[in-house]
Amino acid sequence: MIGQGVIGQAISRTDGPIKVTGRAAYSAERQDAGPTLHGYILGAGIGKGRVARIDIAAAEAAPGVRLVWTHENAPEQGPAEGIEGDMMDRTRPELASDRINYYGMPIAFVVAESFEEARAAAGLITVEYEVEAGAFALDGFGPNLNWRRPSQAGDIDKAMREGPVTVEQTYSTPYHFSQPMELHACIADWRDGHLHLYLTAQMVNQLTTGLGKTLRLDPSAISIDSAYVGGGFGSKIVLHCEAVLASLATMALGQPVKLMLTRRQIFTLVGHRPASISRVRLAATPDGRLTALGHDALIQVRTDDAWDEGVSSVGKALYASPNRLTRQAHQALDVQPGEPVRGPGELPGLMVLESAMDELAEKLGIDPVELRLRNDTQIDPDKRLPLSGRRLADCLREGAEQFGWCDRPTIPASRRDGRWLVGYGVASSMRGHYQTSAEVLVRIEPDGLVIVRSDMTDIGTGTHTIVAQVVAEALGVPMSQIKVELAHTKHPKGNGAGGSWGAANTTVAADRACAALRQRIAAVAGTSYNDIFAEVRRHFPDGLEERGRTLDNKDDPNYQTHAQYTYGASFAEVGVDIDTGEVRLRRMLGVFAAGRILNAKTARSQLIGGMIWGVSAALQEAGALDPRHGHWVNGDFAEYLIPTHADIPAIDAIMLEDFDDKANHLGVKGIGELGAGGTGGSVANAVYNATGVRVRDFPITLAKLLPGLPGR
Amino acid sequence: MKPFSYERAASPAEAVEAAVARPGARFIAGGTNLLDLMKLGIEAPQHLIDVNRLWLDTIEPTAEGGLRIGALVRNADLAADRRVRRDYAVLARALVSGASGQLRNKATTAGNLMQRTRCPYFYNTDMPCNKRRPGSGCAAIGGLTHNLAVLGVSDACIATHPSDMCVALRALDASVETVGVGGRTRSIPIADFHRLPGDRPDIETALEPGELITAVTLPAPLGGVQLYRKVRERASYAFANVTVALVAREGQMVRLAFGGLAAKPWRVEVAEGGADPDLAADLALAGATPTEDNAYKLPLARRTLKATLAQATEVRS
Repeated sequence: MIGQGVIGQAISRTDGPIKVTGRAAYSAERQDAGPTLHGYILGAGIGKGRVARIDIAAAEAAPGVRLVWTHENAPEQGPAEGIEGDMMDRTRPELASDRINYYGMPIAFVVAESFEEARAAAGLITVEYEVEAGAFALDGFGPNLNWRRPSQAGDIDKAMREGPVTVEQTYSTPYHFSQPMELHACIADWRDGHLHLYLTAQMVNQLTTGLGKTLRLDPSAISIDSAYVGGGFGSKIVLHCEAVLASLATMALGQPVKLMLTRRQIFTLVGHRPASISRVRLAATPDGRLTALGHDALIQVRTDDAWDEGVSSVGKALYASPNRLTRQAHQALDVQPGEPVRGPGELPGLMVLESAMDELAEKLGIDPVELRLRNDTQIDPDKRLPLSGRRLADCLREGAEQFGWCDRPTIPASRRDGRWLVGYGVASSMRGHYQTSAEVLVRIEPDGLVIVRSDMTDIGTGTHTIVAQVVAEALGVPMSQIKVELAHTKHPKGNGAGGSWGAANTTVAADRACAALRQRIAAVAGTSYNDIFAEVRRHFPDGLEERGRTLDNKDDPNYQTHAQYTYGASFAEVGVDIDTGEVRLRRMLGVFAAGRILNAKTARSQLIGGMIWGVSAALQEAGALDPRHGHWVNGDFAEYLIPTHADIPAIDAIMLEDFDDKANHLGVKGIGELGAGGTGGSVANAVYNATGVRVRDFPITLAKLLPGLPGR
Repeated sequence: MKPFSYERAASPAEAVEAAVARPGARFIAGGTNLLDLMKLGIEAPQHLIDVNRLWLDTIEPTAEGGLRIGALVRNADLAADRRVRRDYAVLARALVSGASGQLRNKATTAGNLMQRTRCPYFYNTDMPCNKRRPGSGCAAIGGLTHNLAVLGVSDACIATHPSDMCVALRALDASVETVGVGGRTRSIPIADFHRLPGDRPDIETALEPGELITAVTLPAPLGGVQLYRKVRERASYAFANVTVALVAREGQMVRLAFGGLAAKPWRVEVAEGGADPDLAADLALAGATPTEDNAYKLPLARRTLKATLAQATEVRS
């Protein structure tokens, strides 16, 4: 690909061939440090209490064992900073005391010459616990809740009293886990006073602060290389125990140490999406104008960690309503800290709110698409700013047309196809677009190569490819002559892949670097040159490089004058077996307006992936926490259900031609979270349309549907 | 690592001899269940006896007009066998509803019979479990029991048997052929092969120490419409909530067995010959002891049976 029109094209990812042939080395496969020792974590077998006695003698004597640590002999680390510290910068001391705060929390760490030896030795450790009663279940809305993050307008209580048409319902959403394909892993190599980490991470430079404080190292003495990442979904953003323990061990032993968590351990040692209980209140005029929109959400947290999944926040700017109240309350439970999981806030929040909108549409006797259109707004009701690129209505209309929404059964449980009850559902999607500060370096080598450097990671989304596309377009060089180097702390600092900001941050900064390069060249060579490399050779024999930057939201004027979001609409058709209540997706369409699309292929893949997450949340996923012991009962892929291929028929995502000039000069916004968006709500509403049974406790399983199913 | 020794047996008799000589030894064939259990620390055999080279991998007709299925016939091959598909459709259907294509390529007939429960408390070595550590207690009782047993449970165990194949074999009245100590062979009716938990849930089958399964024998074909309906929470690769194995003829239930309800396939012989699925469900579920979590299995079993019988009638017409 050369020259103009490269941006947006459906180009296969440049790292595809090395990934499918197994040549892309993921963290645990890296050979850079040479042969490694292997670590294994022993996790607490109780949910709350303390280690009364722990005996490691047999483990220390086991074959191949090089080190066994518990709270009694682990190295001194920077103390825990508690709830106040920034999520990204906090210390994470391990094996720091005898306290057990959650099931699976590390209580011992073994390093041995092989993984099997380390695991076997861990099995020889005997532990006596002092078990304490823990809190393992959300109670629901009690009195005296401490409401947080309120966003308010008018008087919702009064509006609910006046109606005339109201919906007030309670919904619950369970724990979800990111569970990327690639397990969390770290190879740590302490060499000549410098700590080299091959770590699976979504952000690299951000991790050195907290890790440095924990290890009592200057962050400049830490390098993190995260060249290829097999999925993140939020679970590889914050610092985890594998980085800390592998680092401590290599520093103690002077040899590289590899620590890869097991699939089961990822259910306990990496954070989850907290469970939530929501109370949604809606009121409307008979013609379907919202007069009240309320969303109270109760979120699970820990006393020492308050990842506040913004379940109620989605209601702030989705629809216009003169009376509005969204707010959150916390309940501390004795489970591991919550963390971002794809679609934080909006995946559960929209599933709930858009279910309630469906209930309202039915009460009003108004088509669910029409109800949403009637409550569209061009002004952010919360920030009171113009919404840039607000194209929710376009998504709804285009989706209704393409999906054949007019064929929707208007009466629930009225359509049959053999043994299947058939229903349609719709939901809106919306996701804040964030810009953070980022810097990218672009260098033109005289020998005909362009090198792009950024600490941005490619977590499987196609970052290498879209960055090359933007630079190819900006400099008019073929993609084959562009080398994109990512995911190393030595590269210019951005904000990694997370929050759906990585693509826009990185490409906008890269494009600005290219603009600066063009200016430098134009200053000496004019603008009518044919071969950029020839000009560089002539005028800059040592090569030429420039840096481009993005500003944080709060420093960028566009983000003060406009509210930035991305939009979508999801349409689903499900079948529900009239005898067994089994729910199967039949088809699904997502329509999205998310600014300019950088690569139609990788974008579609990401959106479809997100939509499948929505299906999963509506129908399958739920972390089951034992209410007595506080352990994850279904902590493996046999029992923690996510869709198989057979669960997902042909689905499609349409991306509207879009360009948001208020987001940035490329018109680009994020799509990583948007695909999930309200998809779960559309599936839930389709189940209701099919059966006439409204399940408000997600996921919607056959056991919950059975009691209400119509007869054959 | 936890050391274990390994040997490859050259004949069934040699395999039995090796197993008797080494208490704590386990036979290994496809390994799709045992290797997982070893990795998770649920099983820790000191010695593995590889039975893959015993030439027990053929399907042959019997003198009685049935089929003799070698213990090592892979689930995928058994499901694809023309005779099985034609004469024992309930078995072919049950097999393909289990696990995944990859697993069915490895898993064997005998291994499927020997599958251990998927009770999540059995899988968590931090929890007491009378199957894993006899006498330690049962953490599942009083816990999350969504997919655990409603029939034939005891105070010691409420686990279910996870196999689909075995439910079909139970409906077909298969026999399990074995060779034991001293070369003694016997034929165990499938009805007696799996045990209910009682006070010894760790003893799951009628096999004696060292006894090796050599084949499964099917009686002459029953004819009729043979259906296997598996209800599960996702379309593939999930253990059953409830299954129904049904052989029907002209609206009558000739054979009926349920899966997903108990520690063994739940045959309902008293209902066979009848045509009323509600009565059959009443008979099948009499004495059920569900929990709040798994009470849904009772109406689900009833509805699934009614639907399956109705389907059998439609297929015929």
